[in-house]
Amino acid sequence: MDQTPVLSLSQVSKAFGAVRAVREVSLELFPGEAHALAGENGAGKSTIVKILSGVHRPDSGRILLDGEPVEFGGPADAQRAGVAVIYQEPTLFPDLSVMENIFMGRQPRARLGIDRRAMRSAAAELFTRLGVHLDPDQPARGLSIADQQLVEIAKALSRQARVLIMDEPTAALSGQEVARLFGVAKALREQGCALLFVSHRLEEMFELCQRVTTLRDGALVAVDQIAGITPDDLVRRMVGRELEALFPKQETDAGEVALKVRRLTREGVFTDVSFDVRRGEIVALAGLVGAGRSEVARAVFGIDRWDAGSVEVDGRRLRPASPTAAMAAGLALVPEDRRQQGLVMDLSIERNIGLAGLAAVRRGPLVSRPAERALARDWAVRLRLKFVRLTDPVNVLSGGNQQKVVLAKWLARRPSVLIVDEPTRGIDVGTKAEVHRLLSELAGSGVAVLMISSELPEVLGMADRVLVMHEGRLVAELDRADATEESVMAAATGRSAA
Amino acid sequence: MTATATRTEAGRRNGGRRLVDRVARVRELGIVVALGVLFGVTGAANPGFLTYASLRDILLNSAIVALLAVGQTLVVITRNVDLSVSSVVGLSAFGGALVLADNPGVPIPLVIAGCVVLGAACGAVNGLLVGVAKVPALVATLGTLYAFRGIDYAWAGGRQVNAADMPEGFLALGTRSVLGVPLPALVALAVLLVAGWMLGNLRAGRELYAIGSNPEAAVLAGIRVRRRIVAAFVANGALAGLAGVMWAARFGTVDATVATGKELDVIAAVVVGGVAIFGGSGTVYGAALGALLLSTITSALAVLRVDALAQTAINGALLIAAIVLDRLLALRVAAALRRRRFRDAR
Repeated sequence: MDQTPVLSLSQVSKAFGAVRAVREVSLELFPGEAHALAGENGAGKSTIVKILSGVHRPDSGRILLDGEPVEFGGPADAQRAGVAVIYQEPTLFPDLSVMENIFMGRQPRARLGIDRRAMRSAAAELFTRLGVHLDPDQPARGLSIADQQLVEIAKALSRQARVLIMDEPTAALSGQEVARLFGVAKALREQGCALLFVSHRLEEMFELCQRVTTLRDGALVAVDQIAGITPDDLVRRMVGRELEALFPKQETDAGEVALKVRRLTREGVFTDVSFDVRRGEIVALAGLVGAGRSEVARAVFGIDRWDAGSVEVDGRRLRPASPTAAMAAGLALVPEDRRQQGLVMDLSIERNIGLAGLAAVRRGPLVSRPAERALARDWAVRLRLKFVRLTDPVNVLSGGNQQKVVLAKWLARRPSVLIVDEPTRGIDVGTKAEVHRLLSELAGSGVAVLMISSELPEVLGMADRVLVMHEGRLVAELDRADATEESVMAAATGRSAA
Repeated sequence: MTATATRTEAGRRNGGRRLVDRVARVRELGIVVALGVLFGVTGAANPGFLTYASLRDILLNSAIVALLAVGQTLVVITRNVDLSVSSVVGLSAFGGALVLADNPGVPIPLVIAGCVVLGAACGAVNGLLVGVAKVPALVATLGTLYAFRGIDYAWAGGRQVNAADMPEGFLALGTRSVLGVPLPALVALAVLLVAGWMLGNLRAGRELYAIGSNPEAAVLAGIRVRRRIVAAFVANGALAGLAGVMWAARFGTVDATVATGKELDVIAAVVVGGVAIFGGSGTVYGAALGALLLSTITSALAVLRVDALAQTAINGALLIAAIVLDRLLALRVAAALRRRRFRDAR
């Protein structure tokens, strides 16, 4: 192509503290072309998106608009340059109506202030174009994740952008909604809009895009014509090694039922969820974001109250809404968001590790520092934690090592049931494999593991059984042999008969 | 799905929306009802409460707090708070009174404008601290609460300006009525209507709600968050400056302690008026009604001969009741939305 790219990056780098998120990456977006950005979690895709949208400023390198260097001082500058973004996490204003969310800052104006009627009809028109039924006057609070995503898409479309960036826009959408979105995206592409498409679903990249840029650990690996490569090639570029090594799953024999959940219901969140997890087994809980997986884990662990049903650990019924009772019964929960829920970021490594097992390091009413330190050292070695001193605060560690600290904290209690929520989110490939090995070993030693994961390869690679949730219900249970990317996604998007 | 089922589904959807709408509006309605009950009960116990003179007093007493509550709402909507308003009122009241006392010939409109500008300048200091220097509003305005009051003390040096020192024409502004309504109440009403219209119909107004509702999303939406927050503080400061001159005109006697502690009355009025303390929702109408309700309660308790000491406790209890009610309503709405979303999903 001998055109000038609308928007391009030239040798751009960006670091956050010690972590070099993006290293000398170049990227060219041409009008009328859909460009895919591939890479694993933590490869730097979201950082690239945020540089293009003006949220982050690159440490070095240049952004070029129509071939001319520009600086984006903030999202407003990027928007003025014609860049619209559909973010991975919906960024809505819960208190405001759907139409105001779409047109915030650009509301149609009449002589006397905002023209609500024009805004309402413009929003309705966008929804028609997307083929969805949403009420423009409804507040954004209470929308499902899928509907929030659709509002985001409508927002981006309403900008009439020259460059449309989509960061995992389809993660929460059903097949039909994805098809509509792609219809609209293709129409935009034909009108000369440049698209940048970030997704974990390879088949979507192959359907929509002409070229693909692959990132690994923040660096550019390859730029390919989609027509010239296969999905397997792309995976190899993304991972940089054979996939099997990432999932060192040992075969184990499932023992007795350790965790028994029956007809668990929390009104409006999840309904009638029943399953067992046996000793020595890794059971994955798959589903789309917002399907209610983390909420089930929170209820089982006693953080949230449940309205009906029961939870048994090793045959004993658990008192509802009591994390203390759950811990005493041998449950452990490694939460989804380690920075907010899993760690006290300013506290030292040893104190974080000792936190959940204070009873074990107690001397009378006081905490014994030597005992705490011995416990922390023991687990740090076992988990191959990379640290300088045990007294360093955990916020100096990398994401992967932070996750190991959370794991150590819970493993130090020697739980009989371990619930891990997105255990490898945002950590690098090497540590990811180590976390997987650890989970596998734990299962091998007779711990019952319930793993919530949004990463299909992880689900398929690690689980003995896969439970799939859709809109608050358990819709499928698949054995390791039956679980494929297609069967899990079909169930997760509500397309399966079950 | 059969046709009937579809229809009931749609009906339920509408029901859900109606519920949400109703609850959203219920705060203002609730206050109006509470005011009605209060007037009814107190009037029945003591008919003197419903005379023109009594009602006029209530309006006069609530005008300044209502004006401040309107300004405070602008700030609270953005998920901030301005504790320094009472000090700004004090500074403006004393400054205005002093200028009038020392320069008898100075035009009154010029003094009023000067006080508004002084207030706006104080607001700008708050706005820059919060919006630009990113100091949490609670801390920044607590600091300026003391700082502005300190300037006031230093300026006054123990001096007091009395009604006799100020021109008649100025003092008349505080008590004069137009068509039977006291002038300060009319000023507060005018400010209320303008602010209410701006919040509802201008992009800038809607952006204040957006900032309070989800600050990060506001940045991503390209809203100039910093500028808007500074503007909200400046507007609030300007209204506090205006409230200061009104105070001087109404009470006539002004020293450096004017309006000490008033910031809590103002925030109470805002919260009772249904403005979410964490931003994003609420109206200036609610806040002004909240101010009216609180000062009516004070008057009613006095008329009913309730001990002055108990009045403070009763005001506190009402504030807590308002917040608990708010919380319960929010939970109900959240549950309703959750159920409705669930139904729609199927």
